[in-house]
Amino acid sequence: MRNETYTTLIRETLAAALRNDPRVFLLGEDIGTYGGAFGVTRGLIDEFGPERVRDTPISEATIVGMAIGAALSGLRPVVEIMFMDFLTLALDQLINQASKLRYVHQGQQTAPFVLRTPTGGGRGYGATHSQCFESLLLTIPGIQIVCPATAADASGLLQTALTGEDPVIFCEHKLLYPRRFAVPATLPEPVPFGKARVARRGEDLTIVAWSHAVLLAEQAAAQLESEEISVEVIDLRTLAPLDMDTVCQSVARTGRVLIVEEGPMTGGVAGEIGFRIQEQVTGQLTAPMRRLTAPDAPVPAARTLEAAMLPSVASVTAAALDLATF
Amino acid sequence: MDTFEVPPPATLFEWHRRMLRIRHFEMAIERLFTEGRIGGTAHPAIGQEAAAVGMAAAIKKGDLVTSTHRGHGHFLALGADPGRMMAEFFGRADGYGGGRAGSQMMADPSLGFLGANGITAGSLPLATGVALAFRMKREPGAIITIFGDGASSQGVLHESLNLAALWKLPVVFLCENNGYGMSTPTDQAVAGSDNLVPRAATYGIATSQADGNDVVAVWQTLKEALAHAREEGPAFVELRTYRLSGHSKGDPRVYRSRDEEAEAWKRDPITLLENRLELTEAERDAARAAAEDEIVAAIAFAEASPLPDLATATCGVLACKY
Repeated sequence: MRNETYTTLIRETLAAALRNDPRVFLLGEDIGTYGGAFGVTRGLIDEFGPERVRDTPISEATIVGMAIGAALSGLRPVVEIMFMDFLTLALDQLINQASKLRYVHQGQQTAPFVLRTPTGGGRGYGATHSQCFESLLLTIPGIQIVCPATAADASGLLQTALTGEDPVIFCEHKLLYPRRFAVPATLPEPVPFGKARVARRGEDLTIVAWSHAVLLAEQAAAQLESEEISVEVIDLRTLAPLDMDTVCQSVARTGRVLIVEEGPMTGGVAGEIGFRIQEQVTGQLTAPMRRLTAPDAPVPAARTLEAAMLPSVASVTAAALDLATF
Repeated sequence: MDTFEVPPPATLFEWHRRMLRIRHFEMAIERLFTEGRIGGTAHPAIGQEAAAVGMAAAIKKGDLVTSTHRGHGHFLALGADPGRMMAEFFGRADGYGGGRAGSQMMADPSLGFLGANGITAGSLPLATGVALAFRMKREPGAIITIFGDGASSQGVLHESLNLAALWKLPVVFLCENNGYGMSTPTDQAVAGSDNLVPRAATYGIATSQADGNDVVAVWQTLKEALAHAREEGPAFVELRTYRLSGHSKGDPRVYRSRDEEAEAWKRDPITLLENRLELTEAERDAARAAAEDEIVAAIAFAEASPLPDLATATCGVLACKY
């Protein structure tokens, strides 16, 4: 085992794919010599050259569209969109093109590409560089949404994405990039989509989270342990497909569930998960379901305002405590 | 007279047959809508048959084409089976999308046709990506991506032109300027020029214009554009044509006069080709009757085709069933 960052594991996984699969290439803004806005692709151009690590002009819609075209031609493009906020510029290509191909053409055309993008706040980047659009993406059938919370999962899920048959949006939370995690000496095993991870075992209540919020939930659970409250943390890993079996088995056992989401409340992923829980575990809930999300407001730039708005270890702990003592 | 190489008469007769197939297919679509036998929407390309057939004649095996919402003609020109196309309009299992694609998303990659597209300019980035794949895989193919004058104001056209030029990709940007973006005349939508060439020329792309109603001119221009795309990088072709039909079924065409249309009909591309071939009235009538028979058979095939299995309505959204 070794301690390595989330960023490094993504980079190592991309490098391995570039080395082992001639169909794979990278496409994005400032991903070459600069190494990407968050340094994820740093150094890859030196090993693989500008043909396979392609710097593009600032043209998100066309970059994503080109990935679709290259994918349906048999290549395996990996697009980097510098901030998830910029995905809005490419939504036509995602919604009206990529997600429809397989269905409408009855499998004769498919677009197996990976779109990597940094998500979320916590860095004071303001309203247009801090958003979480998972809920928006969840409304698009035909797109898979991957939100790894650990370095090992970032690698394992990316490996699965790179060998899959359909479009993947790979969400990398900015606060996770520099985090170090215990990982194997070699690349971790691939992690299948649609299999949630029980990040922590517990008996009294379940916290459901994904991406960076999993870390908040784990820290909250550790704090609550001293108050003799036993918290189970479920890391969803992928939102589409969504592993409701693991969630419902846990909630049926604990009877209480808190869902943590960094995006705004209304129309959020948490609401969807909650509705599915009440469809599947009715009668076993011993307290009303709770959700802790950002408010329905843009993410402000000032660190203090931002911190007041986004879920934190303190707010997750408080919400869980409140739920546990309902 | 043009200075183009003219193909042998047998070829021109085949092109004439294909243009009539498109014309009669589109007329049948309008009729079937009026009769309430098919639903949804459709955008006929009556008047633009030469652009489609000349384009299809110019491509080589392995080349690919993307089209627009007005894509029936392109698909037929590339060899689509009118019966299977008609079956798609009738929502039948034998349709090119098994009833899923409708008018605007039919495709058959084996014919080089990656599909019509319901989003104006939606296929341009995709086609640019296909061209990138040709280059990266060291394959000799090229792609023609068709769009209209209306699409020329979409941002992705400019992004795609820029990228294709930077990377010298084998793509032909084929603009069918039919005078109208739905109801809006081109001169009310395009600033700076009375044609669309400057929009591509500014990226250093090789440009050309041709009479889109002259099938020989279209063919010759696209052959040259494709050769340029393969060897040098992107090319841009503007075909000047006229949409004799309405924008979509049920368009009352209040935005233009019947006099203007009557003038345009004098340059009906099918008549122009028949004049070139010096066909007699009897020969013209016979060719039209043959085309109509083919479409009647296509409708019969469609109506006899089974309905799609409703149990499959949600199948195939993803490869994996989770």
